[in-house]
Parts: sequence; structure tokens; C-alpha cells
Amino acid sequence: MTERIGIVATVQTKYEESKPRLHPSELLCEVVEEVMSETGLTFTRDGTGLEDSVTCCSDHWDGQIGSSKNAQDVAGGDLRESDNVSTGGANAFFLAVARLLSGSCDTILVTAHCKESQGQVGLIENMGFDPIYHRMLGLDFLSAAALQANRYMHKYAITSEQCAKVVVKNRGNAKNNPFSQAPLDLTVDDVLNSPVLAFPLKVLEVKPVSDGACAMILATESRAKKLTDKPVWVKGIANCYDSYYLGDRDLADCAALTNAAHRAYRMAEITNPRKEIDVVELSEYYSYQELLWLEGLGFCNKGEGGKLIDSGVTGMDRELPVNPSGGLLSGVPTMVDGLSRIAEAALQLKGEGGARQISGARTALAHSVMGVAGQMHFATILEK
Amino acid sequence: MARRVAIVGIGQTPHKSRMPELDAGEMINVAVRAALEDAQLSIREIDQVLLSNMEHFEGNYFVEGMFSDSVGSYLKPGLKTQVMGTTGASMVTTAWYFVASGLFDTVLTVTYQKQHEGQSGPVLQSAAEPSYDRVLTGHSAMYIFASLAQHYMAETGCRPEHAAMVRVKAADNGRRNPFAHLKLELTVEDVLNSRVLVWPLRLLDICPTSAGACALVLASEERVRKITNKPVWIRDHIAVHQEGFTLSVMHYYPDPFPRETTREVASKKLYARNGITDPAKEIDVFEIYEPSTYGELQYMEDLGICGKGEAWKLVEKGATTLEGEVPMNPSGGVLSANAIGDCAMVRVAEAALQVRGDAGEHQIARKVNTAMAHGFGGRGYTTLHLLSKTL
Repeated sequence: MTERIGIVATVQTKYEESKPRLHPSELLCEVVEEVMSETGLTFTRDGTGLEDSVTCCSDHWDGQIGSSKNAQDVAGGDLRESDNVSTGGANAFFLAVARLLSGSCDTILVTAHCKESQGQVGLIENMGFDPIYHRMLGLDFLSAAALQANRYMHKYAITSEQCAKVVVKNRGNAKNNPFSQAPLDLTVDDVLNSPVLAFPLKVLEVKPVSDGACAMILATESRAKKLTDKPVWVKGIANCYDSYYLGDRDLADCAALTNAAHRAYRMAEITNPRKEIDVVELSEYYSYQELLWLEGLGFCNKGEGGKLIDSGVTGMDRELPVNPSGGLLSGVPTMVDGLSRIAEAALQLKGEGGARQISGARTALAHSVMGVAGQMHFATILEK
Repeated sequence: MARRVAIVGIGQTPHKSRMPELDAGEMINVAVRAALEDAQLSIREIDQVLLSNMEHFEGNYFVEGMFSDSVGSYLKPGLKTQVMGTTGASMVTTAWYFVASGLFDTVLTVTYQKQHEGQSGPVLQSAAEPSYDRVLTGHSAMYIFASLAQHYMAETGCRPEHAAMVRVKAADNGRRNPFAHLKLELTVEDVLNSRVLVWPLRLLDICPTSAGACALVLASEERVRKITNKPVWIRDHIAVHQEGFTLSVMHYYPDPFPRETTREVASKKLYARNGITDPAKEIDVFEIYEPSTYGELQYMEDLGICGKGEAWKLVEKGATTLEGEVPMNPSGGVLSANAIGDCAMVRVAEAALQVRGDAGEHQIARKVNTAMAHGFGGRGYTTLHLLSKTL
């Protein structure tokens, strides 16, 4: 990157199973107003305020074509530049970084919102399958993930207990996160004895339905330094698509994630992620994904995700804390998942993690995923 | 500082009413191959691949993933922006940002739609805000455009014949464009005798529903020199969106608090930034997103191409034809092809073809150095791209 881009402020709502009293625009308005009051920036037309915004929402989840207007109404899009990304909040962040680097603006607002409670998760995800061959099979992301879990567990002898440990850890971490939807004290047996949704995935191994929003303000280096005394710098950023058809991929591997991670590491000049990264916030929609994604990110060799969780190094006070926020398994909506990972990673680097703070965190990785069985991955490296 | 960015590859599928012979992925692939061939690049030389449409029309979710193999994004970066009718233009702008920022050197950006795989009326109705507008109005785009047309006629003295002349010009141009959907032989009487859909809009006053795809390759200045000797530079671009919670503030209906449209705001800013004082003279050709005949007239005025109430007079004089002083929509415009997701990108693609002098039979008579593409989207979105042969 030619210039440093800084995260100036981040705000999240509390994530909840349902927020029936809030219109999607009102939900977003909460975080936009808060993030603006934190920085003192306003929507002006004279170049002194917030100049640009990139929102993220999905027509499917908002149940409305042109759902972008739900976001742009409140994100200051009126009579000025703005755009809307539907590939998840992390990619809205990516476009915002590009807009800043192009020199078109000095400050930019990034938002993501989603009310999963208003849609039928399985029906919407079913529309993500090609309409000719796969859709009528009734697949959704859960059943596709179950295929992936089976393949991964079979190929590398990952056990149900190892997957369950991810749930125990993340739901436990969530107790320290005031935004978290569903913190819970669990044992491995609780997870293993919960009802099966799609074999081998049990109800506690699946991200719960969630509503919420996240907003943040990014700025060029000179503006960022003026706006905050604790900027968080974007050192590396990348994303990557895998092939669409499940049969074209080995679901036990994640080539797209490895590709994205390598490019993000190269930008950030990271050669040994295990040593150089202090904290990881990643998007695990299902328990086994945390193990598989950690392999893809190069924190251990292929097939060793199970050993990694057994060794306990991904716990709160260990060498490689993963999801101190509680992760997606504790409840964060799709579309918001990636931006909230970035917000959590930024809080850690600012030292504002409260009870979930990892001491001495200087470099963090935030990850996001979209699509069937993790078809598209995003990774960014943030630094204090 | 932004790096300079040019369009180095242009590809389109022919647009059609229905395209059952190609599924969406195959159709996308046709446009992608055409753009890569035009740029003389292989997909290996592309750093980033962007794909978008308006997902509700076909009822697919996460299409940028679903068609990753067809568009060529396998093991490549990319993302999707989605902002209603301006989606196609937003995807050009997004590619511009990723190149100008220095993050990527070559970006392939692709948009498509197969409107016949859905029901456009109900889909567009879902644009209305669900709690208030949707139950009250049951409106679709047609009613909005009809209301605007009534206003335009009342304010300017324009008559239905003038709208019909816009249509005849679009048909004449569309017949010369191999990628246009409608290639009709029309007279003013034919238009005036077509059936009324919502007064004053007749069947031939309104754009069709089409299937098609469009792809562009954008490259950074250093790469451009190696790829082509006919680059089309994106000199400037602007996107202006408008708040649109309820109908009255969208200028769709008489507004108790009238203010400038996004077209006026965007074009004034763009012209000022580029030292353009007389756009009709300084810009050689316009591709504007006209959803109806009356729309073309009104947008010409909003974009400052002529004065208020003057557009229909220009049309009456024949000034907007291929040989005229202010050629409008030499491609035949949206009236000749409307695959809604790709419409705003096709405007940029066609403007670029005019700049290159590669538009074939619909190349305008005068030499083109500068062209402007306009995109329109629901809730009052406006995009403008200013293209030129030289930097």
C-alpha cells in the first residue's frame, strides 16, 4: 500500500436474536450516530466532515430490492458520493480502503447491518445454490457445511470433541463481551448432547440467528492522527474466491483462504503468522470452521486444527488467542460478521477490549467468509 | 494521488428479450471472453474480478460466488456492489478505485441480467419501503415515470409527438447496433398508436425488459501503454445518491419542498471540476440512461446539455441523431436494450466505443474526443463517467 490507512473509531450494537422494534435504517442509525459523535465528524458538504461512505447490506436479508437506500439514508449518502457492497461488511471495508488510497477522500464511513430475524435463513441461503442443478435438492449453507464438516473430519481425523471445544471456548469468551448475544457456560458434553441439525453439526455448533449493525470511520494517515490518538493501521488486506461447485473443491482444504492470507501477509511483511500475530478474530459460522480456517491462515499445518484446539493455545491467555469476542458462534449476523471482526480486532489493538482484552496485542488478524462452505475469504492485518 | 485509469477492453453479449440458450453463467462468460479478446489479455493477466447484477430479478443470492467459474474469479480477489439501476456504473467506479488506489493493475468488471427469469413488476415494487410505501402505493417504476412525464409536458409544452421522435431516433440507432435488443422500424405514428400503459406512457415510450451482459477491463496507466494504443481514459466520475425514505422526497411526485435533482448536483460538480462550461459543445456524445422517452428529454435538461424546456425542441430539429449537433444515445439507449443490472455499464461501454471510433454503424458523424455516460437508478441515484481519448 502506498499510504497508511487508519481506523479511527468503531461502534457495534449489542447483537440480539431479534430486534423487532427497529427498522433496518433505525438499527444502523444507532451506530452511525455513535461513531460520528465519537469522532466529532458530521455530514457536511464543504470538505470538513465525512466525505464518503461505503455501506453493506443485502437485498435478500432486507427483503427489498435496492436495500442500499436503507443504509445510505442514514450513512450520509444524500447528495454526495457513496456506494453499497453486498459481499459482506469486510469487503465494504476493502472498498473503503481503496477509496481512501485513491486520494478521492480523507475520511470515510463504513457500515454493515442485517436483521436475520426478518428473513428465513434456510430459504435465503437456498437461493445461493444454482437454480438448475442444486437448488431443488433443498441445500442451504448449513447442509453444505455439514458436508464440509464430514469431509474435513474424515480426511484429517478431527473429532467431534475437538469441534465442541471451539464452542465451549467461544461461548465462554463471549461472557467478557458486552455486545455479545449469547454468552454461555458450556461443557464439551453439553455441545455433543445438543440436538443434531445436520449431521455432524449440532445446534450448539451453529451460529445462532442474530440482528445487529456495525459502523466505523477510516481516514488517511494525516487525518487519522488528528482524529484519534489511538489509530489502528491497515497493514495488509486481501480477499479471494474459490470455485463455486462443491464437487470442484476438496472441502477439507480452503485454497481461497490460503491465497488471501498469503497476499495479506505479504503486504504486511509477515513471514511467520504464528509468531507475529497476537490476536485473531475470525468468522466461524460453524464450530469446525474455526479449526479449518486456522489451517488455511497458516497458523498450523493442514489437518492440525484439532491438535491446535487440544493444546489450548487459542484460549484467552495463551499465545494465539482466537475470537476473544466470542466469535460468530456467540451471535453476529451475516453481512456484519466481517466488519465486526475488524472492529473487535481494532478494540484489542487500542487496548479497549475491557474484560476480553489480550494484554500487549500489537498485531491482529481479522477474517471474514461468504458463500457456500466458505467459498470466499477475506483477511486483513491490523497494527497498533 | 490517484493513478490514471483507462478502459482497455470492452465486451457485450447481444441483448435479447429471452436467452434460454445460455444460462446466466454462460451468458456472463460470452461478455467476459469478448472483453478479454478486445484487450488481448488472458484471464491470468487480470488481478481482480468484479461481478454484479440486481439479485432479486432472477432470485439468486451471492451471484458473485455462484458464477465465479464463469466470470473467471477462481482464486482471484473481487467483490460486488449493488445500488439499483446504477449498479453497472458503480461497478465501473469500483474497478476505478481499485486501480487508482494502486491495489491492482488490471481489473475485469462485469454486470448482467436475465430479466425474463423473473417478474420485473413485482420485483421493482419490492423497492418500495415495506412498512409505509409498499402497502400504500403498490407502485412500480412505470407509474413513477408516467407521473414525471405528465409534469414534464405540463411545464415545458412538450407534446407526445416529441417523445415519439425520441423513440424513432432510438429505434434508428438500435437497428445499427449489433448488441441492441430492439431493432424496430418505427414512425412517429407507430409510437403514438401503440397502446397506453400508464398515461401518457405508451408501450413504445418505455424501455423493454432484456437479457444480456457487459464486461470492461480497466488498467493502470503503466499497464495501459503495454496493452493498447487506443485507451479510453476515465477522466472523472461522480456518483450522487439521494435520500429516499418516502416517495415525496424522491421527486417522483410533486414535491412540496423542491430542490435540485441528483442529476443537477452531479453534473454541475463534474463540469466544474473539469472546466466544462458548455457541455453540449465540449462533450462530443452522450450515452444517458433513459428509462422512457420523456426521461431522455428531462435528463438532457437536468444534465445541463440544454436549457429547461429546450430538449424537445432539439429533438424536433433532429439535433440528437447520429449526425446532429448533440448526439444522444447512438447505441439506441435503454429504450433499445434494458438488462437492468448491466444498463449503466453499457452506457460507459458504448461511450467508450464512440471515443475509440469503434462503434461501427452507430459511430456518430463527428470526431469524438470526449464522451459522457450517465446512469440512473431508483431512489434518485445518478452516476456520471467522463471519458476521453487523451489525458
